[in-house]
Amino acid sequence: MCGIVGLFLKNPAMRTELGQHLSVMLIGMTERGPDSAGIAVYHRPTGANQCKLTLFHADPHYHWRQVGGGLGEGLACEVDIEIKANHAVVTVAADEAAARRWLKENHPELRVMGYGQLMEVYKDMGLPAEVVDKYGVRSMEGSHAIGHTRMATESAVTTEHSHPFTAAADMCLVHNGSLSNHNNLRKWLRRRGHEFETDNDSEVAARYFAQRLSEGASLPEALEAGLADLDGFYTFTMGTRDGFAVLRDGIACKPAVLAETDDWVAMASEFRSLANLPGVEDATIWEPKPAVVYTWSLQ
Amino acid sequence: MITFDLATASVRDLNQRLHDLPADTNERAWHVLNPKGAHALAAGLERPIEVLIEGHVGYYCAGMNKEATIVIDGHCGVGVAENMMSGEVRVKGNASQSAGASAHGGLLVIEGDASARCGISMKGVDIVVGGSVGHMSGFMAQTGTLIVCGDAGQSLGDSIYEAKIFVQGKVESLGADCVEKKVGEHHLAKLSRLLTRAGIKADPRNFRRYGSARKLYNFHIDHADAY
Repeated sequence: MCGIVGLFLKNPAMRTELGQHLSVMLIGMTERGPDSAGIAVYHRPTGANQCKLTLFHADPHYHWRQVGGGLGEGLACEVDIEIKANHAVVTVAADEAAARRWLKENHPELRVMGYGQLMEVYKDMGLPAEVVDKYGVRSMEGSHAIGHTRMATESAVTTEHSHPFTAAADMCLVHNGSLSNHNNLRKWLRRRGHEFETDNDSEVAARYFAQRLSEGASLPEALEAGLADLDGFYTFTMGTRDGFAVLRDGIACKPAVLAETDDWVAMASEFRSLANLPGVEDATIWEPKPAVVYTWSLQ
Repeated sequence: MITFDLATASVRDLNQRLHDLPADTNERAWHVLNPKGAHALAAGLERPIEVLIEGHVGYYCAGMNKEATIVIDGHCGVGVAENMMSGEVRVKGNASQSAGASAHGGLLVIEGDASARCGISMKGVDIVVGGSVGHMSGFMAQTGTLIVCGDAGQSLGDSIYEAKIFVQGKVESLGADCVEKKVGEHHLAKLSRLLTRAGIKADPRNFRRYGSARKLYNFHIDHADAY
């Protein structure tokens, strides 16, 4: 079982409150997922010629500064490092693919949690409330964010197996459910150049949607394609640089509730994670229909 | 009227107080505030009391209800009134999946829509839905009545036993062994009685009836060789 949440702010005036609301939503899903928690937040855009990568190493005393220095020398560019517990956000004045390549060759012990120009990803083991405190989620501003609380049923409880999963710049996915054809899809994606970091079926889903988007599909088109190709149980919530999406499989065993006001759209596995959002008493609240694509985008 | 605020007390406190009421209790009217999607509210009640919950509730609200009248002034999560034995549960908003699952008796009224699997495995409850129901509603329904004033989703009444289903709107598709049946005078009387009890205005003559073709669950002599 897992809990998933997502908050997409339509009213830019609310952006300073994003982390505060997301924290309450995430903690509200503790009973559905006490093993580990993770978030992806879209905020603090880099400069046009920069990108940022969220990196993870289990050692809280890891030598991040040295890695930053090496990366700057290796790519002959400026590097800025911000350390948050066992994660670091590295902003590089270089191409994101070049930075990931350099890191893979020189520091294979590091894991790239997410990359792009807007998105940062933090995930860790422990109760959602602990993860929220550790990474300072309450004070994060931004336009949208998604989160996941995990109760592992099929693979190990590790930071690497936690959600969100990312498979392209500024794109991430959280998943409640299990896919039954992930082995075939993994082979299909490997043939198309995808390298997998975990054995998790949700990573397969993230890479599947990234593949469809890279082929030129719009967000709704990619999700429609997923309805035909992904077999199993799922409620997905997905974030892109300017988009937010929710999709449930045709059987719809995995729960989901959506709420919308003029100011925001919010998704959660259960209503209790939406119950404290400002203006929720006047929100339109509904259960997303099975096999129907729901998307929103920033104006 | 006793007001119970879940902003300052737990669900356990509320349910324990309601469970501890003696048969001759005078504390018969309860008003519950700030449910905020909490699970199992007013579950397992056994006294003929009235409970009004103001706001949206989580899973299994009013589950296993016996004799109590429970009104939810909001939407509800999965499994409202599951395994209800008697009494009445009314949802003024919409209900999530599996509303009235396995319920043996009593009346469940959903004034809005109910999503998938409404009345799954129902065993005698009467369910009146003012709006529409989702896919697989009435799945393996054994006895009782499911009345849908709106439309029904895919596979209505799949593997149904002897429950009766009435739908006023469109049925997207019927499930295995579920067929349309004639509406007789006694069916119209039953519809009229239940709609009146539910307080929902609709003309019984506009409903179509669905039930079991009895080819799936009954032993059929022509199939004897297959066993």
